Amino acid sequence: MRKLWDFPGGIHPEENKHQSTGNGIQVPPLPEKLYVPLQQHIGAAAQVNVEPGDRVLKGQLLAAPEGRLSVAVHAPTSGTIDAITPHAVPHPSGMTDWCVVIRPDGTDSWAERQPVDDYHELDAPALLRLIRNAGIAGMGGAGFPTEIKLHPPVDDKVRTLILNGAECEPYITADDMLMRTRAREVVGGLEIMAYILEPEECIIGIEDNKPEAIAALRAAVEGTRIEVVVIPTKYPSGGEKQLIQILTGLEVPYQGIPADIGVMCQNVGTAAAVYRAIRHGEPLISRITTLTGEGLEQQTNVESLIGTPIGFLLDQYGFDPARTERLILGGPMMGFTLDNPDVPVIKTTNCVIAGSPREFPAPPPAQPCIRCSMCADSCPMELLPQQLFWFSQSQEFGKAEQHNLFDCIECGACSYVCPSSIPLVQYYRYSKGEIRKQREEQAKSDRARERFEARQARLERDQAEKEAKRKARAEAAAQAQAEKRAQAADTPNTGRQSASAAVQAALARKNASATESKPETAVSHAPAAPSLDELETNLTKAKAKLNTMQGLLKDAEAQGADTEKLARAVTKNQQRVDAAQQALDDASKANPTAETVAESPTDTADEVPLETLRTNLEKARNKLDTMQSMLDEARQQGADNIEKLERAVSKNKQRVAVAEAALSERELNNASAPEANSKQESVPAVEMAELEDALTKAQAKLDNMQAMLDEATANGNDNVDKLTRAVAKNHDRVARAQAALDDARNPSSTSA
Amino acid sequence: MAFLRLSSPHTRGPNKTSRVMLWVILCTLPGLLMQTVFFGWGNLINTALCVAIAIATEAAILKLRQRPVAFFIKDNTAAVTGLLLGLALPPLAPWWVCAVAVVVAIILAKQLYGGLGSNPFNPAMVGYALVLISFPVAMTTTWSSPTGYGSATPGFIETLQIIFGNAPVIDGYTMATPLDVYKHDIGAALSSEVLQHPAFGDFVARGWEWVNLAFLAGGIVLVVRRIISWHIPVSMLAALSVMSLAFGWDPDRYTPLSVHLLSGATMLGAFFIATDPVSAATSHKGKLVYGAGIGVLLYIIRAWGNYPDAVAFAVLLMNFAVPFIDYYTQPRTYGHKRSRRIKTSDS
Repeated sequence: MRKLWDFPGGIHPEENKHQSTGNGIQVPPLPEKLYVPLQQHIGAAAQVNVEPGDRVLKGQLLAAPEGRLSVAVHAPTSGTIDAITPHAVPHPSGMTDWCVVIRPDGTDSWAERQPVDDYHELDAPALLRLIRNAGIAGMGGAGFPTEIKLHPPVDDKVRTLILNGAECEPYITADDMLMRTRAREVVGGLEIMAYILEPEECIIGIEDNKPEAIAALRAAVEGTRIEVVVIPTKYPSGGEKQLIQILTGLEVPYQGIPADIGVMCQNVGTAAAVYRAIRHGEPLISRITTLTGEGLEQQTNVESLIGTPIGFLLDQYGFDPARTERLILGGPMMGFTLDNPDVPVIKTTNCVIAGSPREFPAPPPAQPCIRCSMCADSCPMELLPQQLFWFSQSQEFGKAEQHNLFDCIECGACSYVCPSSIPLVQYYRYSKGEIRKQREEQAKSDRARERFEARQARLERDQAEKEAKRKARAEAAAQAQAEKRAQAADTPNTGRQSASAAVQAALARKNASATESKPETAVSHAPAAPSLDELETNLTKAKAKLNTMQGLLKDAEAQGADTEKLARAVTKNQQRVDAAQQALDDASKANPTAETVAESPTDTADEVPLETLRTNLEKARNKLDTMQSMLDEARQQGADNIEKLERAVSKNKQRVAVAEAALSERELNNASAPEANSKQESVPAVEMAELEDALTKAQAKLDNMQAMLDEATANGNDNVDKLTRAVAKNHDRVARAQAALDDARNPSSTSA
Repeated sequence: MAFLRLSSPHTRGPNKTSRVMLWVILCTLPGLLMQTVFFGWGNLINTALCVAIAIATEAAILKLRQRPVAFFIKDNTAAVTGLLLGLALPPLAPWWVCAVAVVVAIILAKQLYGGLGSNPFNPAMVGYALVLISFPVAMTTTWSSPTGYGSATPGFIETLQIIFGNAPVIDGYTMATPLDVYKHDIGAALSSEVLQHPAFGDFVARGWEWVNLAFLAGGIVLVVRRIISWHIPVSMLAALSVMSLAFGWDPDRYTPLSVHLLSGATMLGAFFIATDPVSAATSHKGKLVYGAGIGVLLYIIRAWGNYPDAVAFAVLLMNFAVPFIDYYTQPRTYGHKRSRRIKTSDS
């Protein structure tokens, strides 16, 4: 005889189980329509792969698992897909979710099944894959994907595999009936799980109020190593943590999982589903549901297809809405009420209670808490419910949390015993919700603060840099002035002085129109050689961009992310490279003519790069705006925007490259201009204005990059490194632009 | 089709505050019966008086506070407060002592804090301590002498007249309590001589022993029916016993343990007063500490203080300590290594 432990607290509510066990497991007729939700489990919704109008067979895959934490969804019967549409689903909030609507054809014809006669021929990973593809999620309540659960962390060796057949909640008899009638399947499923996990012992835990199920299980485990352990009836012995405590004396550590202490708990229904999936190749498309409550003429268990509207099921057994006050999905202790009987049966629907006012009288008004601590005496988690209530009532959520509010399993024992009829669990749900909300807001404001501080630091740094540069410039200017004065003393030259005055004026007028000065500048432009250089630079940049994009695409493909957009970007870049190549070739061909034309005062070949630079800058500004809006969006959406940011970053890189190219061109122009045409006085000034303009833009871009980097750092994005490098590059570029500008200015003032 | 939308759980147990209080009232009846048998009609009349005043006061204050009167009166807590005062006050205490005690208990100690559930101190004991300090003569000279000792016992009408001040209290009607007698006589006499006093009778303390045993019996019923938990009474009586055995083992110098346990308000205090859930500690461990504290204080005041009995003071002093006790006696939650305390940064 196995030693049993007890768990603290617990209650003995009226069981009310006999009403629904007298009629076996009935099979209701097919409903007119089935509404199969895509998400019936914890994790991501399955990805639908049928379309309206498709004909599907029973057991055919409707939706495939999406991501790691997900399971498949199958057609519960044969028929045609009517629609894929949002429909009311079983949820306390009464929300709607995506459902595949199937109109049964009545033939109930199976798709091809692939039964495994001897599961020993397969290895554990293969069996786990079958379980995942059969759409099996925990059928006890939470609906956690079974395959994941059967796949505990490598460090956690499961020594004790427990099958939970306690079914401690009043009214519910679905597991009881399953064990009575299909004990063989339950045991078979447990054997498969044991084959996967290789535990030291297998236990089926069952409350002593189910003698027939106990007898059936005992017969079924004959000759196996599985032990059927009968435990005393006490709510909530079927809670995973409580059952583990009863059977092993161990406690699941705080914030841990049972596997951490070498234990795993599975529901008996889940085991039966695993057996059917492996042995018969049948996916999880139906389950046993208890229909009970005085609002029904006949209280019974049914084998209900997933997706059957609950109202339809109830109607088959004499549902009288007039006699029903509460429609409860689940048990009376932890179930939630429905106001819409159209919601479908899902994989976790173990019970529906059409409760009459006599069974479930309206709760009396709550009286003040007298701290009688009956709640604490009944709490299986050894919490202090009365303290949690006080803290919840006074909204002292911090203290509630310190009193382990989040260990509450919401079993309802405290509310059940409360002599003041206080809806304690409701208070705890409220507090939990508020705390979660506060946490989110806290995280948000933390991010905002980090961003703000980073920005503040950056602004200060920029200010300091600007200050230093201005000083350097002022010194240089002073020096130049001194030199000039010295020169002027030797050979007075009004022309030179007026030239330097023009330089100053042009610098002040940063937005001076380039077109106006074009006729003047044209003469100063170096011939086609710089233009060729520029084109070559463009090509190099474009190639670099292309490589970056391809790298990104590869990464994205490796991660299975949204590759379409990246692919398009790569194509675009490819085109750009081609265009650049073309331009370079053209320019090379045109070179001789360009050289001759360059001599003339109106050099059209050189007008183009200036115009281009202007347009480029305009474009860059637009793009920056776009990026800014993306950034805003990203801020709102939190951290899900890695892809977008990546795209934005790569775009920004391109833009910066363009700016760089433009700048380098200007550098060349500037270097050559004063030498080529030192007599032309106003020309360097206009050049300078252009350069200043470009520099400002580059600086703006750098600022933006910095802001993005700050945000990415705050969000903990993966692309921080990339952004950091980009920012560093931009810094270099700005510095170079600045240097170029300074160079340009100095020679012009000295040579003037 | 509109169904009720409610949060789980959807069923609730048969427990009600009014039912809890009713059980408390029922379980005091054997003690009240014994008081009437051994000390005359005084306690019965005072109890009825106190309960009536308590309910009337509660109703008036609820009305003033614009709270639903019937809803709160029906929880029986005001009745319990009045009842406990009626049981604790001297049988021949004049009506105005009862009235002051009850009114103070209901208004000052309970309703001014926000009514049921919000009072940090045991209301009945606040009222009791106030009249004990304010009217020492009326509170010490009105203890009935036990019947069967030869002296006259006032009849029902005469008792009424005494309580309402229309008849003189004849000297033979009253007698110092056993705790009082022992405490004052042992300084100048041996134990055997002190016990000759008629207050002690043949067993432990004439009349008082039966009253205390009756309260013990009623208290055990409450524990068995899980209306109260065993922690406070057991730890309080254990602490009292330990103190008495450790310091008062010599009956020629100190009141013996038997008199401590079976006279005065010991059993009434242990099972019906200290267990007031509103003002007591909440966790099991906390209750043990709380009860033990009451037992220790009870002995200290009885042995070395100015008062022969001290349930009211001991309980009130421990009421002060409840938040502190609660803070340090949180149970260990399932799955946690040890109990967690509120960090100071959160307070």
